[in-house]
Amino acid sequence: MSVSIRIPTILRTYTGGESVVEVEPTVETLQGSFDALDAAAPGILARLLDDAGALRRFINIYINDDDVRFLDGLSTPTPAGVQISIVPAVAGG
Amino acid sequence: MSINQERTTSFGSATHLVCRACGAHAQLGADYSCFECFGPLEVAYDYGTVTREQIESGPMSLWRYAPLLPVPPNIADTRNLQPGLTRLHRADNLAKVLGITGTLWVKDDSGNPTHSFKDRVVAVAQSAGIQLGFTTLACASTGNLAHAVAAAAARAGQKSVVLVPSNLEQHKIQATAAYNGHVIGIEGNYDDVNRLCGELIGEKISADWGFVNVNLRPYYAEGSKTVGYEIAEQLGWRLPDQVVIPVASGALLTKVDKGWREFIELGLVADRNYRVFGAQATGCNPVATAWRDGAEVVRPVKPDTIAKSLAIGNPADGPYALDAVRRTNGAIGDVTDEEIVEGIRLLAECEGIFGETSGGVTVATTRQLLAQGLLDPTAETVIVNTGEGLKTLDAVATGSGFTATISPSVESVTQVIEGAS
Repeated sequence: MSVSIRIPTILRTYTGGESVVEVEPTVETLQGSFDALDAAAPGILARLLDDAGALRRFINIYINDDDVRFLDGLSTPTPAGVQISIVPAVAGG
Repeated sequence: MSINQERTTSFGSATHLVCRACGAHAQLGADYSCFECFGPLEVAYDYGTVTREQIESGPMSLWRYAPLLPVPPNIADTRNLQPGLTRLHRADNLAKVLGITGTLWVKDDSGNPTHSFKDRVVAVAQSAGIQLGFTTLACASTGNLAHAVAAAAARAGQKSVVLVPSNLEQHKIQATAAYNGHVIGIEGNYDDVNRLCGELIGEKISADWGFVNVNLRPYYAEGSKTVGYEIAEQLGWRLPDQVVIPVASGALLTKVDKGWREFIELGLVADRNYRVFGAQATGCNPVATAWRDGAEVVRPVKPDTIAKSLAIGNPADGPYALDAVRRTNGAIGDVTDEEIVEGIRLLAECEGIFGETSGGVTVATTRQLLAQGLLDPTAETVIVNTGEGLKTLDAVATGSGFTATISPSVESVTQVIEGAS
């Protein structure tokens, strides 16, 4: 059972141009899903997280319709079937 | 290379994009997010010399500042809405009511072609979009931007696609629809719309779309500097003591400050300490909250306010607005929906300026910051009204209507007027 992760244009160099990547995380959390993504697209994790392992400031992550900042951040559960979306944060207004 | 020469001219004195977070450079293009850290990209320039005389002899629109924007030198001759150069009103009546003894000015940007300051940013973004080969002008909007994009696209003979929250004020939807572009209501709030537009970047359906506030955002944001430029020029080439600016994404406040610092650096105005204040609605106050808490990070909120044009719960330029306010010893306040309506009425009855809800936010926050001793009542103050009250009539619907309905006779009129006095 997998989760799908939407990749922004700026990170598609890591995914061979793919805009959506399906992963099967062993741990069903956002962190677990990102680890699985990094296994499929090596190097991408370092772009999403800073040196301390926290989400970078200018990245928004959504699980289905919710910003993970309103949930539990990297600990947010990501059961099979959810859609994760990675969106650069500086748009708008 | 001729292509590079052409491109340089197409973006005027702009030279490249630079990340505001990490300083990495990028070429002038349809990028908005730093390749290194995802931080916001900003336009960098090599201005050379710009003089007051040069600006004063320019067009009677924001294009008088074309040498300071990422636009070609002949921009005023192209098909666009020619916004800007809105009035700066001396507001003595409002000053008296608010207890301001220094001079009070209202920069009234409802005087733009589609009645909000968004015409400025769209004009600059549209120019960049054309240079970069986009055929459709698009945006995520809380309403005013949608109106500005649809109109600007119509004038330039472009297609438009605007995406807005489906619960937007009816008047804004109707006004935008008049230009016959795509007006798409999204089930969700502005932050949902904004996210969707971010996801549309790089998709096939939107490959020809220049989103003014997404992939054209570095250029778009520069248009807001012209509010600051105009205030300085209209005050006789000087800066005021303090300014109060409504905060949605935080870009307007940030860019007014940037514009003033550029004017100082270019020697167009004397260097001085000015103070920048921000105004938000209590129902969407992430930047005001961060300011009060002394926080570096702006925590997103879910908006619930009548000031829909300011209802951005996850403001892109929030951290930079905080920086500008803190650096200049300003403050950011927020006011309730009731106070916003009072603010709209106060501006209208004192100065004959009918602002939209964001104008009400600014006036009411000004009153609050004065009461808290944060704004100096003896100082020269500028407040910015960013939009037109006719766009948010619902906000003032209660208690607005006939003073009386009477028979057509002199006696009846006399009775009403004398009865009311």
